[in-house]
Parts: sequence; C-alpha cells; structure tokens
Amino acid sequence: MVGIIGYGVYIPRYRIKTEKIAAVWGEDGEKLAKGLGVFEKSVPGPDEDVATISVEAARNAVKRAQIDPTNIGAIYVGSESHPYAVKPTGTMVSEAIGCSPHITCADFEFACKAGTAAIQVCMGLVKSKMIKIGLAIGSDTAQGRPGDALEYSAAAGGVAILVGNKNVVATIEHTSSFTTDTPDFWRREGQAFPSHGARFTGEPAYFRHVGEGARALFKTTNTTVDDYDYFVFHSPNGKFPVAMGRQLGVPKEKLEDSLVVRQIGNTYSGSAMMGLANVLDIADPGSKIFMVAYGSGAGSDSFAIRVEDEIVKRRGEVPTVQDYIERKTYINYATYAKYRRKFKALG
Amino acid sequence: MAEKGVAQLWRKIKAIYTIQGDHCTTCDTYYFPPRVVCPQCRRKGQLEKYTFKGLGKIHTFAIVRQAPDTFKRQIPYIVAQVELDEGARLTAQIVNCDIEDVHIDMRVRSCFRKITEYGESGIIIYGYKFEPTMKVTGHE
Repeated sequence: MVGIIGYGVYIPRYRIKTEKIAAVWGEDGEKLAKGLGVFEKSVPGPDEDVATISVEAARNAVKRAQIDPTNIGAIYVGSESHPYAVKPTGTMVSEAIGCSPHITCADFEFACKAGTAAIQVCMGLVKSKMIKIGLAIGSDTAQGRPGDALEYSAAAGGVAILVGNKNVVATIEHTSSFTTDTPDFWRREGQAFPSHGARFTGEPAYFRHVGEGARALFKTTNTTVDDYDYFVFHSPNGKFPVAMGRQLGVPKEKLEDSLVVRQIGNTYSGSAMMGLANVLDIADPGSKIFMVAYGSGAGSDSFAIRVEDEIVKRRGEVPTVQDYIERKTYINYATYAKYRRKFKALG
Repeated sequence: MAEKGVAQLWRKIKAIYTIQGDHCTTCDTYYFPPRVVCPQCRRKGQLEKYTFKGLGKIHTFAIVRQAPDTFKRQIPYIVAQVELDEGARLTAQIVNCDIEDVHIDMRVRSCFRKITEYGESGIIIYGYKFEPTMKVTGHE
C-alpha cells in the first residue's frame, strides 16, 4: 500500500520569544503568548530561505529512507514563500539531493496546506505506477507584517515526505479534501506581506474546513475518535488546534504531541506536517494517526495513517523534530528585523 | 536584458550544491574543486567524479568583522578552511555556530545555504556552508 517511506524535517536555529515582539508594540507579552499558545517562534538565518530549508529536510528524508535519490520520480514543493516568483524551488532541491534529471517537478501553493496537497499528488502517481517514489515538501519562511497579529506566529521550517510503496514506515490508509472559496487570508502579487480577515479566519475558515474535513474522513473510513492514537491539526497558533480537538471530542493527550507550534510557531506549509513528523518520531508501530491540514483560501486535506514496524529501523540516523527544537539561539527584535529584511533601507 | 554570471554559475551548480569533486584512482587523492587533470599524476592520472560525504573538521578559521555589502547582515561570521574526511580542503563559511564556540578540529558537516544574490531581481546563488555536527536522538 502507498505510504510514507521516509521523512525529514528542518527548523532554523534562531528563536524569538513572543514577549520580545510584544514589547516592541506595547502589548502584554505574557498574556499574548498564553492566549495564542505560541511562546517562541523560529526565525530563518539571513542565508536561509525555502530552497535551503527544503533541501535540508529532503536530505534528512532521503537518509532516513535509505533510498537512491535517482529513484525519485517527482518533486513537489509546497510553500507561500518560494524564493523566486518564476523558477521552481523543486529544481534546486532536485539538483542538491542528487536526483536524476528525468523527473517531474513543480511548485505548489495553497497557503498552509500546499505540502499535504503535494503528498496527495505523489500518492496518485505512485498508486498509478507512473513513478516509484515521490517527494512532497511543505516549507515556509512565513511573512508577518510588523505589528500585525501574524508577526507573533509566522515562523520558518520545512518537512519533506517521501511517498512510495516499498518499505513503508507509515501507511496512508485514506485521504480526502474539502475546498471552498473563502477569502480569510491572502497575499496579492508583488506584496511583501499577507492580509487577513482577522476573526473571520476562525469559524467560517479554519474551524469549518478542518471540522468538515475531519468529519468526512471519519465517515468514509467508518471510524471514530477512539480508533486513533494521535491527532494532528494544522496549527496557525496553539489555540485553534486545541479548540478543534475539543469540538471533535478528541482527548487532550491524543493531541498534545502534535503541538510543536508552541515552541516554533506556525511553519505554514510545514505546520501540520511538522506535527505529524513529531508524532512519527515517537509513535509505536501499529499506532493510528489522524491528520487534517488546513490552507487559507480555503481547504483542508485529511489523512488516516497507520504506523508500520519498519519505522523502528529508520530511527536514530537523522535529527528528530525535538532535536531541532532544542537546538536554538535566542535573538532580539532588532536582529530578527535585520534577518527578515524588515529594514528597507538596507535592501 | 541578459543577466551577468548565469552561465558561470550554471557550470558550477553540481560542484557547489553537492560538493562534487574528483578522485584520482591512480594516486588515490581527492580534489575539490574539480580538476581537469590530476596535478600529481598528470597524464597517468585517472580522474573520476566524486561526491564528498560532507563531513570534516575545521583546519583553521577567521572571524569576519568587515564584510562586503551583501554579507553585512551576517557579521560577525566565521570563514574556515575545512578538511574533509577524504582529505581535500576547502574554504567555507561556518554557520549555526557562535563565534566564541568555533575551534580548530571542530567536527563539521556540510549544509545547503544561500551564498549571495545578484540584487533584488537577479539570480540567487546557493551552495555549501558548514555547521557543527548535530545531536541525533537514538544515534549510537
């Protein structure tokens, strides 16, 4: 059956605490961090972007899967911060991890769920035997306008997932999607920062799409909350996935391991996939994972995943999500602004 | 308008993305950057393409405090001579390391980073830098 044959993550080393950002804008940092459920966020270094983050995550995935990269038949990179408007990030990834030029490649964009859309496409290509292995990446260096609510959570990180049907570490038993035209968050061509509908991003956007996606997957697979050991929901902050879990009746302990957003912020296209990777790092064979990714605009991708025995053999060779979370250096707001090119005079 | 440097970069992509050099099977020496002939064996040399594992140690280093404009965002930063496990030496920036922590013989691994860019609308040059080897949970 089609599933994940390897996965790898990358989180930049720099962190800024929510309190440091709040102090600049005259807000109560402690209260804000607690309310948002985001205590610090990852910040990319001045020489890091979606291409470099994707390559690091992809190299980890290839190492974990112990595959020859020339067997990869497709690369799709999902992001809303591709370094080029025209020139696919996947071309750099492909060359840097040593793929054959005989591959299909494209960049995906669907706000925070572009990476999971890439997983679905790779599943289709593997199932139809068009390719042996597909590489799906969700990676972002998310932008937040200075002073905007998004600035507290917009973070950087990436997850690469190799989809195939041999030596599967986690079988993807089922996937489904739910998509509507809901303008909750967008970025117009040429704009440096995204705009959003503030409270509108909640009920009609995130909660409707994740909720409908989850209920549809329960129905199709004829399962309930009790059939799963772990739940992973897209985490734009630490508050939304917890509230979503409460709405669906998910016990807190089944959601806890996916909430990496508290320490690294919202990695956008990498968000739900990062939660999944953290669960895969610790889950016992036979565990079942229920994941719903959400992308503004808006849509959700739901997955029912079963962890296989093979996963045990694949651990210990590449850094885990927690290894990257623990490797950190705190920076102040001025350094953050310098690294994120918020000083326009510097170019 | 044709952008400058595109062809020059394109020729080097394989070498700078994956640290690809040569191995002379006659004298068993590894070279980076790639050579046209083995400087030791000359015409008796047999060169074959070789992708370095990307692991090595710092041979020597310097802290850069006065940098060109495109690197000003990163100062102070570390530039080192890295001796790869295969024996070849190369010059590279050391990242993910505070300047007070760097030392000779520090174990490093290659990572993929942005080197520079040709202005806001020009091409972006990616390639290797090095970072201290990372802790891996469960690794013996």
